[in-house]
Amino acid sequence: MCVGIPARVVTINQDKMFSAIVDVEGVRREANVALLDDPNDPLREGDWVLLHVGFAMSKLDEAEAKSTLEFIRSLGSVYDEEVDALRGQNSA
Amino acid sequence: MSQFTDFRDPVAARKVLGRIAELAANQPHRKFMEICGGHTHSIYRHGLEELLPENVELVHGPGCPVCVIPMGRIDDAIHIASQPNVIFCCFGDMLRVPGGKSNLLEARAKGADIRIVYSPMDVLSIAEREPNRDVVFLAVGFETTTPSTAVTILEASRRKLENYFVMSNHIRIIPAIKAILDSKDLQLDGFIGPGHVGTVIGNHPYAFVASEYQKPLVTAGFEPLDILESVMRLLEQKSSGRCEVENQYTRAVKDGGNPRAIDVIERVFEIRPHFEWRGLGSIAQSALKLRAEFASFDAELRYQVPGVKIADPKACQCGEVLRGAIRPWECKVFGTACTPETPIGTCMVSSEGACAAYYNYGRYNKAPRIPVRVG
Amino acid sequence: MKHEDSSRERLHSRIEEWRRRPMRLHDDVITSAHGAGGKASQALLNSIIFPAFEIVGAAMDGAVLKSDPGHDLVVTTDSFVVTPRRFPGGSIAKLAVNGSINDLAVMGATPRWMTVAFVIEEGFEIQELRELVAELARAAVDAGVSIVTGDTKVVGRGAADGIYVTTTGVGTRARSIKIDPANVRSGDSIIISGTLGDHGIAVLQARGELDITSNVTSDCAPLHTLVEALLTSGAETRWMRDPTRGGVASSLNELAMDTELGVRLNETSLPISRSVRGVCELLGLDPLYVANEGKLLAVVSSETAEMALEALKAHPLGRDSAVIGEMTSENPGIVVLETLFGGTRVVDMLVGDPLPRIC
Repeated sequence: MCVGIPARVVTINQDKMFSAIVDVEGVRREANVALLDDPNDPLREGDWVLLHVGFAMSKLDEAEAKSTLEFIRSLGSVYDEEVDALRGQNSA
Repeated sequence: MSQFTDFRDPVAARKVLGRIAELAANQPHRKFMEICGGHTHSIYRHGLEELLPENVELVHGPGCPVCVIPMGRIDDAIHIASQPNVIFCCFGDMLRVPGGKSNLLEARAKGADIRIVYSPMDVLSIAEREPNRDVVFLAVGFETTTPSTAVTILEASRRKLENYFVMSNHIRIIPAIKAILDSKDLQLDGFIGPGHVGTVIGNHPYAFVASEYQKPLVTAGFEPLDILESVMRLLEQKSSGRCEVENQYTRAVKDGGNPRAIDVIERVFEIRPHFEWRGLGSIAQSALKLRAEFASFDAELRYQVPGVKIADPKACQCGEVLRGAIRPWECKVFGTACTPETPIGTCMVSSEGACAAYYNYGRYNKAPRIPVRVG
Repeated sequence: MKHEDSSRERLHSRIEEWRRRPMRLHDDVITSAHGAGGKASQALLNSIIFPAFEIVGAAMDGAVLKSDPGHDLVVTTDSFVVTPRRFPGGSIAKLAVNGSINDLAVMGATPRWMTVAFVIEEGFEIQELRELVAELARAAVDAGVSIVTGDTKVVGRGAADGIYVTTTGVGTRARSIKIDPANVRSGDSIIISGTLGDHGIAVLQARGELDITSNVTSDCAPLHTLVEALLTSGAETRWMRDPTRGGVASSLNELAMDTELGVRLNETSLPISRSVRGVCELLGLDPLYVANEGKLLAVVSSETAEMALEALKAHPLGRDSAVIGEMTSENPGIVVLETLFGGTRVVDMLVGDPLPRIC
């Protein structure tokens, strides 16, 4: 139910209020974008949104996403042995 | 950049796990609660728990809006669904939630016109297509879902629909978190905070968790890397003696949340003085009902619901699971009398319920599992 | 009077001549008369059913089948109630034929004969029936199967939701073929012949209730030649199944319970098309539980797994074949999935019905 998934805005429907077509891995669905109706930051085709029960809840900030991933990837070297040891411990 | 797969990168995951291992090595046993059912689901689906060190324990919280619906409310829903001329719409999860004697799936088998919808807007379409029927929507969810119901009601109002009704079971996350924090049988070291509720209400409403209760909280996304990074951040806070509310889900959660979503909830809903939560008892100011201005859409006003409070079956320990006091497999009826096919409590029914998540996905070598034979 | 006698005779012979003419079908829709066994039924059979199928011994109540020496007969039956009747990649007709063929094929049998029974709702359009029967016939011919007998019933409006089809397939199998769960061993490899969940998602798509646009098509296909490729490849095949309702997860759970062994799947090796993945993410479905109608699930010895894969990939229906897991002696009776980063989760038997009327 908390299912919120990233979707890319493909078309903003001009003829229907607050309606856009979004794309999830090549699959398309209509989404209601009323909650993102901000005159200071209008929704554009190509934007990524978080989709929940057919509504766009939030714009996904690509820069933030990149920086989150970069931070994680920068965490030192891979502690493979540690993790393997843990796994051995856990399944004991 | 694929927003999906990058946050499931196994190589990056190993790095986070490595850091978690480092931090945990110098700490006592830590209990972190993930409040949101979506997190519980993700943790189990990806098998994350067993990758954590022994002394880092994840406790499952009550953030599953389906799980906390008391049996009496389901009976009310069945009552409405069984009225003549009603088309009753709900999310798929709701069908098998047990009421006092029955559930919506059985009601459907007995002739009630109950339809699964994916979005609240689908209900409007049905109402417009069937002007001679009363179309009722069972609205369920925390603040993640409430704005969607609110927008739909406003749209129904704009279209002047007279055959569209909503039975509101929307609930609020902050009172639930407070109830957990105030609960005596719990010793938690921190929280993995609800990420999707956060996209609506923002991050600052969680501030009291650190400032008043001295527990750290990291608002987390739902992909494996998000959850692992959040655990790492909680351990780092512990390690450095900090106690803060952090936001890991910065790509989706802004500090001020979504003002339009907050606004639309305010416009359509008001707070109920009390609301019964399964397993947590009555919590003040914890749920929403339609404002008087939208009374014509309120299903509870249109239909006289029994409104009976039904106690959970004696064997049911959902309350303790929802509070995090016991783990799913510690419930006496887990996996035996209470299974996904024959659920006694809601934790076993909802796709986000801790018991269901554990039973359907969880580590097989932790509790004796009884394989299910069908047919 | 002589004149009267001869005119009465002429009248009788005219009536008799007319009576012996084959019944013609003039109606647009099926009515209860077509199911009554009388003239209208005959008209239906003569006009649509018999011309399409090779109904052997139509005058008798059954068909005589002759098996080859050294061969056993294998029989299977299946009912088809899919809604909608048409979907990208197939129809109830194509399903009905291939479904029974596949049950025979995974038993190691060569499909030879089939019976078809229809339960049709009053008001069903005759033109659509004609088309479905033609598709059934074509699917049978394409697979080298003869439809040898059948039945038609008509029920009142609303009672059959259009049409229900039941097919019984009969095949022959050489006595030397041994496909049995008892042959399965710990360490054996589990192979799937292609992508998961295509059929279920295609049908969901066709229902149009969820307003989703995707290009997913059903994988509905007869598997007997693919099975033959596997069985003649030299690989040691222990067990086969065509995973339909309930998906690969359900078939593997049955396997685990029948063999009292464990199954360990590898999430990274599951072949899933991008569109199916997208729809599943959108709706919260798990492709492991979504129906297939043209996929072969096989357990082969690990030593011959490469050989098996090669043979399958060389066949048009098996291009995306992959080893997706193995049989284990741990966790007997249970299917476990190793996730993307080495965590594990249980893949239990399906509860409830996320996608009804899929087959």
